[in-house]
Amino acid sequence: MSTHKTGTLPSAKQSAFQKFKNEYFWRYLIITCGLFIILLTLGIGFFLVVKGSGTFTEFHHSVWEFLFSSDWSPMDSTTESGGGVGAAIYIFGSISTCTLALLFVAPFSITSAILMTEIAPNSGTKIFQPAIEIFVGIPSVVYGWIGLTVLVPFIKHLFHPKMGGYSVLAASIVLAVMIFPTITTVAADAIRSVSSDYRKAAYGMGSTRWQVIYKVIIPAATPGILTGVILGLARAFGEALAVAMVIGKTRAFPANILSPTNNLTAAIASDMGNSATGGEQNMALWTMALLLFIISIFFIFLIHIISGKEKKKHA
Amino acid sequence: MHDSPMKKRIKKAKTVDSLMTKIFYIFGSFFLFFLLILAAYIIGKGVIDFYPELLTFTSKGIGNQFFNTIYLVFLSLVISVPLGVAAGIYMAEYSKDGKFLTFLRICIESLSSLPSIVVGLFGYLVFILMTGAKWNLMAGALAVSILSLPLITTTTEDAIRSLPKGFKEGSMALGASQWRTISKVLLPACLPRIATGIILAAGRGFGEAAALLYTAGQSTIINWSNWDITSPTCPLNPFRPGETLSLHIWGMRTEGSLNPNASAIANFSAAVLVIMVLAFSLLARVITRRISKKSGGLI
Repeated sequence: MSTHKTGTLPSAKQSAFQKFKNEYFWRYLIITCGLFIILLTLGIGFFLVVKGSGTFTEFHHSVWEFLFSSDWSPMDSTTESGGGVGAAIYIFGSISTCTLALLFVAPFSITSAILMTEIAPNSGTKIFQPAIEIFVGIPSVVYGWIGLTVLVPFIKHLFHPKMGGYSVLAASIVLAVMIFPTITTVAADAIRSVSSDYRKAAYGMGSTRWQVIYKVIIPAATPGILTGVILGLARAFGEALAVAMVIGKTRAFPANILSPTNNLTAAIASDMGNSATGGEQNMALWTMALLLFIISIFFIFLIHIISGKEKKKHA
Repeated sequence: MHDSPMKKRIKKAKTVDSLMTKIFYIFGSFFLFFLLILAAYIIGKGVIDFYPELLTFTSKGIGNQFFNTIYLVFLSLVISVPLGVAAGIYMAEYSKDGKFLTFLRICIESLSSLPSIVVGLFGYLVFILMTGAKWNLMAGALAVSILSLPLITTTTEDAIRSLPKGFKEGSMALGASQWRTISKVLLPACLPRIATGIILAAGRGFGEAAALLYTAGQSTIINWSNWDITSPTCPLNPFRPGETLSLHIWGMRTEGSLNPNASAIANFSAAVLVIMVLAFSLLARVITRRISKKSGGLI
């Protein structure tokens, strides 16, 4: 080895192998990990599309039937087919519970976000922020369990519905509690990031705090608040077990908010394990999973459109 | 004396302002108090329903499920931490701004917004059906690591990007290579921040249920005197079925009639889960506070 000559730079001392070991090996390893995430995402999408499209390609049902028919009677065997795969009840169940949850929680979330940023910023960072962070972490099954043991009997006691307390209302309340931290954190971040020049200018003109909030802060933070709402909605759509515990799992459109129904995630969670792999029912459940995947991608897309518009405005 | 119209307007604006402030306090505090009462209720109920056998490793206790939960989260971190940290380093240091990085970001966003039941089904398809295996802890750990990967990746990227430029420039100026700079200067400097991200990811892993329904399974048969790791009843065998605490709560609901103590078990499990989540959030907070004290607000 003639690498110990004087006058050469340290980097020149390294043999090609050492250089590979110390630099390029790690570089390629790191790049591989970055690529892996892309492959993983595409892989999940690919498998869901392959499995989920079976209903349409293998069993020759139409997309229209799947989305808008309420006739759900798929055959549960690998040889027979010809039942109905209309998932309209499940889709409507998901949409109605999530919409109601959003209606319940949005006023509370947005007022909390404003309270912790504009009105009481001190207790906001000291009390509200940590409390909300903790509630993000409470497992959804625990929310479901409380819904089942407290909320369902409570609704039954209060309204005496025919089918017991399992209802759209119970599911929406559980979802509302679950998405409260998500919406509040994102909305609070959006309000905090509104330039303080806006506030100073508005106060300088003699506005009261409510006027500043209503006329300046809320309009300026709307895209961020919307992002929070969409993220909350995405979480509500994907929640499975907590909803499954309180929705009643009845295959019928709900007559009112006190009647039970079923939704996409609860149906997948309860039926996937009992269905024969490759059968019509199994395929239809995979199609429902594909639909959930498409919905969550759609929400991401929506957020990008909102933030893209905002960037254009400021450019 | 009549007030002038201007004075009237000001008076009205002030009244509305104080009214709205009150409304904000009522609405904003309502949910916070509601959540606090909820947490107190969950923990209190667990304490009231407690009986000593709950701590045993039998069907009356939750010892096995508790062990499974810890072991599964540990396994999932073993997979997701190296991958997530590496991907975060890639995004902060190696990648160039452009379409590819944007695409990678969209992928991470999509991953983080995936419903956990969908991830669970993917895990069921790839790790169970395609390998022909039975429900096992490893499949569950892989599914959970898919869910925690986005969080660890973005925390690492943010942590590295928020370091002062001087760290990198100083190291480079001394002649260190890129990887040496990353491994000896940048990573140690942002280790506490990455640790916070990992703790939060672990906290979420504890509560995960939907993703484990069809991967880790809903049964646990362990023999605590069997330490042959290839045996399906050995506690440490990662390829055995293992029900976690959160799935146990779910199981107590559906098969409640089989177990006379179902509601007590579920209440206590819920309390244990919530306490674990609280402990992990507090730990993450303590670390974050330490960093900001040590760096004097620099980082």
